[in-house]
Amino acid sequence: MGNKHTVFTHEQLEAYQDCTFFTRKEIMRLYYRYQDLAPQLVPLDYTSCPDVKVPYELIGTMPELKDNPFRQRIAQVFSEDGDGHMTLDNFLDMFSVMSEMAPRDLKAYYAFKIYDFNNDDYICAWDLEQTVTKLTRGELNAEEVSLVCEKVLDEADGDHDGRLSLEDFQNMILRAPDFLSTFHIRI
Amino acid sequence: MSHQLKGQGEEAGGGVRGRARSGSPGTGDRSRKRPSRKQTYKAEDAPGRCGAQPGQKERAGGSPRPGSPRRKQAERRGRQEQLGERERRSAAERTSEGRRKRDRTASLREQRAPPKKENEAMWKQLKKHRSSSSASSASCGESLSEEELARILEQVEDKKKLIATMRSKPWPMARKLAELREAQEFVEKYEGALGKGKGKRLYACRMLMAKKWAKFKRDFDNFKTQCIPWEMKIKDIESHFGSSVASYFIFLRWMYGVNLVLFGLIFGLVIIPEVLMGMPYGSIPRKTVPRAEEEKAMDFSVLWDFEGYIKYSALFYGYYNNQRTIGWLRYRLPMAYFMVGVSVFGYSLMIVIRSMASNTQGSTSEGENDNFTFSFKMFTSWDYLIGNSETADSKYASITTSFKESIVDEQESNKEENVHLTRFLRVLANFLIICCLCGSGYLIYFVVKRSQEFSKMQNISWYERNEVEIVMSLLGMFCPPLFETIAALENYHPRIGLKWQLGRIFALFLGNLYTFLLALMDDVHLKLSNEETIKNITHWTLFHYYNASGWNESVPRPPLHPADVPRGSCWETAVGIEFMRLTVSDMLVTYITILLGDFLRACFVRFMNYCWCWDLEAGFPSYAEFDISGNVLGLIFNQGMIWMGSFYAPGLVGINVLRLLTSMYFQCWAVMSSNVPHERVFKASRSNNFYMGLLLLVLFLSLLPVAYTIMSLPPSFDCGPFSGKNRMYDVIQETIENDFPTFLGKIFAFLGNPGLIIPAILLMFLAIYYLNSVSKSLSRSNAQLRKKIQALREIEKSHKSVKGRATARDSEETANGNSKNSTQLQLPKGTMHHSASQSQTLDQKAQGPEASSSAGKAVPPASQHLPISRSPGARPGSGQARPQAHPWRSASGKSAQRPHH
Repeated sequence: MGNKHTVFTHEQLEAYQDCTFFTRKEIMRLYYRYQDLAPQLVPLDYTSCPDVKVPYELIGTMPELKDNPFRQRIAQVFSEDGDGHMTLDNFLDMFSVMSEMAPRDLKAYYAFKIYDFNNDDYICAWDLEQTVTKLTRGELNAEEVSLVCEKVLDEADGDHDGRLSLEDFQNMILRAPDFLSTFHIRI
Repeated sequence: MSHQLKGQGEEAGGGVRGRARSGSPGTGDRSRKRPSRKQTYKAEDAPGRCGAQPGQKERAGGSPRPGSPRRKQAERRGRQEQLGERERRSAAERTSEGRRKRDRTASLREQRAPPKKENEAMWKQLKKHRSSSSASSASCGESLSEEELARILEQVEDKKKLIATMRSKPWPMARKLAELREAQEFVEKYEGALGKGKGKRLYACRMLMAKKWAKFKRDFDNFKTQCIPWEMKIKDIESHFGSSVASYFIFLRWMYGVNLVLFGLIFGLVIIPEVLMGMPYGSIPRKTVPRAEEEKAMDFSVLWDFEGYIKYSALFYGYYNNQRTIGWLRYRLPMAYFMVGVSVFGYSLMIVIRSMASNTQGSTSEGENDNFTFSFKMFTSWDYLIGNSETADSKYASITTSFKESIVDEQESNKEENVHLTRFLRVLANFLIICCLCGSGYLIYFVVKRSQEFSKMQNISWYERNEVEIVMSLLGMFCPPLFETIAALENYHPRIGLKWQLGRIFALFLGNLYTFLLALMDDVHLKLSNEETIKNITHWTLFHYYNASGWNESVPRPPLHPADVPRGSCWETAVGIEFMRLTVSDMLVTYITILLGDFLRACFVRFMNYCWCWDLEAGFPSYAEFDISGNVLGLIFNQGMIWMGSFYAPGLVGINVLRLLTSMYFQCWAVMSSNVPHERVFKASRSNNFYMGLLLLVLFLSLLPVAYTIMSLPPSFDCGPFSGKNRMYDVIQETIENDFPTFLGKIFAFLGNPGLIIPAILLMFLAIYYLNSVSKSLSRSNAQLRKKIQALREIEKSHKSVKGRATARDSEETANGNSKNSTQLQLPKGTMHHSASQSQTLDQKAQGPEASSSAGKAVPPASQHLPISRSPGARPGSGQARPQAHPWRSASGKSAQRPHH
């Protein structure tokens, strides 16, 4: 990678390394992935930090995301305006949170945001229904879906207000044995 | 000047904010949810206002596009903020004189309430100091009082902590970058002001060293990630098969790393010195092929059985000489051999336990998992690694079925089946399996016994020579599917069934291995009993050779050719050869199984499907699944054999490294080309430590026979580095006596005294007991604290709900659109008194100011939803963060923060 200094300055790379869980090589790899998404849009020189956004339609076609039922939510949560269009910074943010090194709390925080479909800072029954429908591709009937949602609320809702707050969610997810291994995208 | 100053005030405020949140995202993110966007704008604006370096503004994430609504909003906000700040600055200037006179501790306590003002005042003070003492910065440092220094030091430390934890903050990148730069500038600027006189230079030097060290560490990490192989291969597999199959390959890679280290140890410290500096091949009997074997020693069939030239090479124990030192380096080879053998086990133990510990660190409380079946299914069942549509399809299907299953379970959790039949079937299944295990054990024992008879006979066929390995491999191949068939009788839940299956295969492998070992041990004892007679024969031969009559006495007789010297059977090499053969045959069987069972089956299914009467792909043979548990267990047991055999066959680890390398590529190819993703859900993360536990067990079990042979069997008299000694460990005594000064020898003798060892063991037990009880009490207090938090939260929620109902009643008259908003905004006000009282009970000392400050804080949020009526003291950023802030959280954060000062 001889040309890495033309893409980022040394300080930029250091700053990115401070702000993400990536090493220099991984940041460069992510940059090339990002650049590959829209070669005509993304410049080869980031030293002056151009304001470029790759639209969600292209982000969603990444092999890492294209089969994920929550890809739109992921893109929305990490994009600046909630519309799924991502700058390089957002892109790095996303994969940093999804990386293996990210701590459980950080992952739980963003997972909560992803499952909170209507952005009201609570996972309500409607959000749960959305999640189940996306997970099963709508193969459960309405009765089953509502039963599942009821059960989830029954299990995880610590304060019995009929919706999951972030604390309820964290409390639940901290005990999940598989959360760290499944909420993880390798780049 | 004023601009810059303001920026620093901001940044200091940011530091305080950051610290309040820095614990975990859990503590602070309530306050961050809504206003995060706005804070982003603020952060983006900050560098612009600072006007520090050009080009940094862009790096902060790019200025908002002109004309966009965002930009307008940002501009408006900026104007508002400037207005507010002008007011605030004047207020701060007015009060700064008075403030400075005040007691430091009081102002510190208040620091959180109006952090900005306070910090601004401090910065002004600092600036004054700086400008007044326009000399060197050293004098500046001296002119600062102790408290100020302590405060700056604390802030610098905070900033450093912020820099270190920046990556785990749930902020958008632009904000992280901005905060990072601010923190770095701050540290850069005020680090030099710390320390006094002589201490200052030392401090600066230390800082420099720390910086260099951090840089080195980062570079080293960069280097390390570049060295990790097969990242892309594993990623491919992960995206096709999910994390469970990939966990096997990650385990394989880890194993490869461990084996590389072992290989380096053995190769670098034993084999290379022996080859370079030891006596060459053919110089002494143990390094020469005997006359009887010489003709066939280079035949491939002989070499393939690790006989002939390979048997008399540095790959095996028997080749090594018992010379104390070799070469011009005077390298103590026997000593090195012994120490390497010990350190192979030591290193393996250490690395396994360490990785187990690091695995358990991630997982928290494990007990109450069953309470969250549906939640876990909903939130953690999707594997984000999946990047293949077929896998995604099967994942969707499996999630759907698992949901349906648990719904059914839930609906009829206490359905009564025919208990007696199930019980009977389970007993029957266990009986059958025990029969299988016993049968396989006996078969191996029988075969090994028979092979000992074969070894005495002269011309035996290939099958008879390799019967043991073939039988063991066949058992390993056919028993697990048999167990699975039998387990179908039991009708267990798949996960429980999998555990049983793993346990049974483990028992099978273990039984086979130990039967093999016992039979081998019989063999060794037999050889040992013969050794005495062979020794006599050797002596007599040599004696007769040199004293034979009919030879001219004046000319010394040429020494007997080493190939002609009669020699013992060298049981160590025999054991090594057995392990070597077992490893190789195991490898070949694995590969052939993959080739036949997976690849050919896949080819058959794929291409015969066009001309077959039923659908092969969906019907009976279909494609194979990747057998994770079998593969992992195979790997573990293979490693056990390596550990056992490496002492007697130093070359074994090299063969194993090759094996792992080829199997990585081969299995990657096989799994990608001819396997289909799993139907059954297999918990990968959990079993990781389970595998490690098995590995540890196998390591321990393979340590036992090696330790036994080292401690209690006499080494062969004419081969190996320990020949001529009574026991192998005598080499240590010898080294201590000859190479160390006498007093060290005395110390070692003293240390080896049982009178000292037994108390040491007792002490260790005491320490274990003590640590165990400490950890128990800690976990108990942990649980109590958790309970307390839970109780507090419930109390608070009940308050909240009462208030919420009241406000809802009030706001019924108002418009519907506003009602939600107003409840949200009034909620904190209602609970604020409660939280204030909480903090009072928590902190008895600061009752007066504390209550007043928190009460004063409670006012602005309530009036906050009217932006015009903002009180001059309230910061816009923090003010808007407040209404969302969890009152108890903020209070607890404050009380937790206090001990730092």
